[in-house]
Amino acid sequence: MANLAETQTTEGVPVANDDIPQAIRIAAERVSVFYGEKQALFDVDLDIASHSVTSLIGPSGCGKSTFLRCLNRMNDTIEGCRVAGNIKLDGVEILSDALDVVQLRARVGMVFQKPNPFPKSIADNITYAPRIHGLATTKADFDAIVERSLRRAGLWDEVKDRLDEPGTGLSGGQQQRLCIARAIAVQPEVILMDEPCSALDPIATARIEELIDELRQEYTIVIVTHSMQQAARVSQKTAFFHLGILVEEGETEQIFTAPRDERTQDYITGRFG
Amino acid sequence: MTFTLLTAVLLVLTMLSYRLGRQRVLASGSSVKDMHSLPSYYGAYVALWCGIPAFLMVFLWQVLEPQFLRSITLSGLGDTARALSETQLNLLLNDIRSLASGGILSREPDAAMTEAAERYSTWRNISTALWAVVAIAAAIGGLSYGRRLVNPTFRARPAVERVIKIVLIVASTIAILTTVGIVVSLLFEALRFFGKVPITEFLFGLQWSPQTALRADQVGSSGAFGAIPVFAGTFLITIIAMTVAVPIGLMSAIYMSEYASRRFRAIVKPILEILAGIPTVVYGFFAALTIAPFFRGLGESVGLGVASESALAAGVVMGIMIIPFVSSLSDDVINAVPQAMRDGSFALGATHSETIRQVIIPAALPGIVGSILLAVSRAIGETMIVVMAAGLAANLTANPLQAVTTVTVQIVTLLTGDQEFDSAKTLAAFALGLVLFVVTLGLNVIALRVVRKYREKYD
Ligand SMILES: Nc1ncnc2c1ncn2[C@@H]1O[C@H](COP(=O)(O)OP(=O)(O)OP(=O)(O)O)[C@@H](O)[C@H]1O
Ligand SMILES: [Mg+2]
Repeated sequence: MANLAETQTTEGVPVANDDIPQAIRIAAERVSVFYGEKQALFDVDLDIASHSVTSLIGPSGCGKSTFLRCLNRMNDTIEGCRVAGNIKLDGVEILSDALDVVQLRARVGMVFQKPNPFPKSIADNITYAPRIHGLATTKADFDAIVERSLRRAGLWDEVKDRLDEPGTGLSGGQQQRLCIARAIAVQPEVILMDEPCSALDPIATARIEELIDELRQEYTIVIVTHSMQQAARVSQKTAFFHLGILVEEGETEQIFTAPRDERTQDYITGRFG
Repeated sequence: MTFTLLTAVLLVLTMLSYRLGRQRVLASGSSVKDMHSLPSYYGAYVALWCGIPAFLMVFLWQVLEPQFLRSITLSGLGDTARALSETQLNLLLNDIRSLASGGILSREPDAAMTEAAERYSTWRNISTALWAVVAIAAAIGGLSYGRRLVNPTFRARPAVERVIKIVLIVASTIAILTTVGIVVSLLFEALRFFGKVPITEFLFGLQWSPQTALRADQVGSSGAFGAIPVFAGTFLITIIAMTVAVPIGLMSAIYMSEYASRRFRAIVKPILEILAGIPTVVYGFFAALTIAPFFRGLGESVGLGVASESALAAGVVMGIMIIPFVSSLSDDVINAVPQAMRDGSFALGATHSETIRQVIIPAALPGIVGSILLAVSRAIGETMIVVMAAGLAANLTANPLQAVTTVTVQIVTLLTGDQEFDSAKTLAAFALGLVLFVVTLGLNVIALRVVRKYREKYD
């Protein structure tokens, strides 16, 4: 894990710039997913650029979450789910059996639709993963991780006086930021977010969107969203899924102004979905 | 007319009145849409009018008849009866009743008794017939009254709903009153006991030997009522039972809810719950005939003296009996931990066992504690196994290899067999029962509180 932290410091410089062609962080090739007999994703090819926000959009049930969960192998936890194809993270195949999912998930963090803080104190929520991965030993180190993560997630000022109180006692928006802080506490390279704002009010949503935009400096972010405006506001790249097929992907601006596929056109203009 | 026949007739009348009520409103010519209530409500309304007064009459008759017959019978016996004591009088009445129905008597019937018996049976027949007529009349009267009220604008539904509500209230009141009655009588008898034996001696005495001397020269009947050894025995056995039940129950709960496939769980969980359905007597002789000799043999082979009735045998078997309580309830609370908790933990790179230890168990802990407390109160109240396997000797010991006795066992032995119901010995059972009741009630209240608090958190 130590070298992980080092890579982070060297790569932590802000490089995101919409004009510069970016390095590819994740390369998914011919990814198909089956739930039992039922196929939910069909041969998806998608490259995800480093230090940028990629949004996955599409009508409900089209396989956005399914694809997202492939990227940190969360589909492993679902009984009867099978993934075929190749996904490379920094050139390393992550779908192979030889890969240690614990390491993978430390590098690819995830934030869920509904805020799901553990019923522990705010501080313990943050230190949970670093403790498991052995990232720190002394109390001072852990305290530093707590402060850094909470600051990064823009929550520090609101909770610094009540770190010992349960994380479940925060407001929904605060809880979601706590979950983001919890995810970045292990210094991941990629953060996956599955509709992170759909349970929040507009103000809390705006905070999270702001936060996502800041986090892009350091992390590669993939976000699933149902809000076209949100996709347009926060992401540089957009991928449109329909019925388990990746219909179109490209620069967000291009997708929203000049979609190549008719189905994309129909979706973003609200004709279906 | 017998009681069964009368009941059957009344039931038929009630059903008939349902149909009549329905038919009447349907025959009124207005469509169902225009009626205030659905036709079935009109039927039910008339049925209630028919059934309730009639069955009230039957009930009244059941309550009053013995009293009535008694005074009729006695009035003919004259002064001889008036001179008798209450007990003798009851005996006499019993004999008269037997004579009337051709049963066995405790004495040779004399002329006065034969005459009384005749009067008894005549009046019984009269009163039965009378009440049957009254009940059926009430049924028919109610029927025709209720039927007359029925018309399409009549609000039958609220009336029926109100009656249903009253019936439900009465039912729950009966349940509550019964409980209160039990507690009060327990309390009352216990107080009588504390009148004979000081409460401090009972609660803090170290000697339990409830045999009181019937004759002055009897030996070995000290009549000591210190309950500490008895409660210590209960405590010891409960602890042994929990050391067996908690780890096994908890671990099987974790396996079932976290690792087992859905199909395996669907098969194994009911099997485990069968353990809870085995009668405790069966556990009892399993403990006495299989486990206790096994422990004794094991003890002998390593040179330990194990009593043939030991706390260990009873405790272990009781633990086995309680496993399903712990496992089934814990399984439920572990399952109630939202999947989002697991996902959150897995997504941070935690392994399955780390997730269970650090997220799921802490989140489910209140519920698990609740299930354990319920199991404890079950263990404390358990009787049969300990009666058969733990012995009667009130040893004050922490050695599980010795025989001990428990509160429930003592209550059983104090109250079985021929007893005077006002000696300190029998009254002691009520005092023990009261303390036991208070302890288990306390545990249950705490357990339910804990479980409820846990529920609020995720719902
Ligand atoms: N655990 C599962 N078992 C079986 N089928 C599943 C499971 N999860 C998802 N699916 C199916 O896979 C398809 C894709 O689901 P997915 O959750 O990826 O859709 P989504 O695009 O995220 O939808 P939404 O926008 O509603 O979240 C759907 O048809 C869904 O029914
Ligand atoms: Mg989804």
